[in-house]
Amino acid sequence: MNNVVKIIGKTRESHDTFTFDFKSDIPAKPGQFVMVWIPGVDEIPMSLSKTGEVKSITVKGIGEATNALHTMNAGDYMRIRGPYGNGFDLNGKKKILAVAGGVGAAALLPAIAETGCDTVIGARTEKEIILDKQAKDYSNNVWISTDDGTRGYHGNAVELAKEKIISEKYDLVIGCGPEIMLFFLHKACKELKVDCQLSLERHMKCGTGVCGCCVIDAVRVCKDGPVFTSEQLDGLSDFGNRKRDECGCIINLR
Amino acid sequence: MGKLKVAVGKLNFEFPGIVASGIMDETGDSMVRMFKSGAGAVVTKSIGSKPRPGHSNPTFTEVECGYVNAMGLPNPGIDMFEKEIKTASSEGPVIGSIFGGDEKEFAYLASRMEEFGAVAVELNLSCPHAAGYGAEIGSDPEMIVSVVSEVKSSVDIPVWAKLTPNTSSIQALGRAAEKGGADAVVAINTLKAMVICPELRKPVLSNKFGGLSGPGIKPVGVRAVYDLYSSLNIPVIGVGGITCWRDAAEYIMAGASAYQIGSAIGITGPEVFNEINEGLVSFMKEHGYETVKEMVGVAHE
Repeated sequence: MNNVVKIIGKTRESHDTFTFDFKSDIPAKPGQFVMVWIPGVDEIPMSLSKTGEVKSITVKGIGEATNALHTMNAGDYMRIRGPYGNGFDLNGKKKILAVAGGVGAAALLPAIAETGCDTVIGARTEKEIILDKQAKDYSNNVWISTDDGTRGYHGNAVELAKEKIISEKYDLVIGCGPEIMLFFLHKACKELKVDCQLSLERHMKCGTGVCGCCVIDAVRVCKDGPVFTSEQLDGLSDFGNRKRDECGCIINLR
Repeated sequence: MGKLKVAVGKLNFEFPGIVASGIMDETGDSMVRMFKSGAGAVVTKSIGSKPRPGHSNPTFTEVECGYVNAMGLPNPGIDMFEKEIKTASSEGPVIGSIFGGDEKEFAYLASRMEEFGAVAVELNLSCPHAAGYGAEIGSDPEMIVSVVSEVKSSVDIPVWAKLTPNTSSIQALGRAAEKGGADAVVAINTLKAMVICPELRKPVLSNKFGGLSGPGIKPVGVRAVYDLYSSLNIPVIGVGGITCWRDAAEYIMAGASAYQIGSAIGITGPEVFNEINEGLVSFMKEHGYETVKEMVGVAHE
């Protein structure tokens, strides 16, 4: 479970996002995550953006911990724990649509690589779109949306996904991105009667289902999730509405 | 499953397994889930007077024989916790765990827990990794007497004292709790521990040291319960590394009236309570025990 790995590659994905490659023979499934230690700063959950023998994390610089991670380079050691969580259940699904919001594309890339599924990648603006080239290596249809219309479809990822669900008839939608986006993606999938599995996020400490700080209602995002099915999401009153801070105090999402 | 009913002093529980403080007990919904998984009661996360974020991550890591954590007593504060207790209490007995910096703070928190509907309070006199709290108070027998007696005089519900094993004599701590009027003692909390990453040349936890829990500490806990049972007249609740019915039976035979489970909720899952309940029932059937009480302390005979 504890693993010290050496970074073997660092790739810039956008103005504020890097991918770090490392070798690890611990088996991992698409949708699983690792806890990454940044000594002296923090330890944070990061989705695996590659799940083969060469694994990777794709890190957007949004705070102290992620910015500190950005200073790491090939040859540096990194202590990770995991992989944790359930991952996506892709068995027996013929036609899948992956819907990513921003850096959420990182968590979906292994599923796209495994299934070659159609993909929607959305972001606020052109320079926030990441991993679209990598997705194209595996998928015939990678559609882009931007809220400001600077690239691809002018609108949000959920609106574009709805159009594609109607025209292409999918068996399953998988998604990762900001929770408000996922809330509306879940709603859209229900309206259009298509199954979905969405990957959620919460403040985490143990990563392995012990401490209970990442619960949504009574499910642990780290262990029971981070991927939840449409039916599970139906029963979660906190989904799209509330999360808890590191003290356990409730924060309203909207 | 009626065979598994236990009493700890005047409290009755449907099952002998209780959720240990700090594991899946920070929210009302989590506690309800634990009742549904076969826990006889739930001890809440330790609650203080104000919201507290605890230590920064890493606060937790796996080791060969369990976990080492230094959460640092994160909690939303007593005012915010009323709602969580109300949600959980509707499904089963909730024991409010509290930590304070002095007698007055413990007494205040205990009375709030009583007001919210907790059936008992568990005094955290043993957290090994929070400056000014827990074991820093609970390593001194005189301080234990003073805290327990102050809490006893401010509430009517039973008062449990959770003891630290990081001491030369846990019996002295137990006697102090009894002298202060405690209704039961709970043993043990985690063992002080550290993990270092050789490649990065640093202790892993942000707090540097933490507490070891899980299967590795079970024999230490069983010994502590055995010794406490022989030197006290109040009930002992056993905790430390229980993952299966055999472990639970060891604690009971050492003298535990009930037991708590923490780490195994991560190792096995919440269903560990039901699994142990079933295992104990078949063991009792095979060995002719009608009640859990008949097994308590039999290893001393």
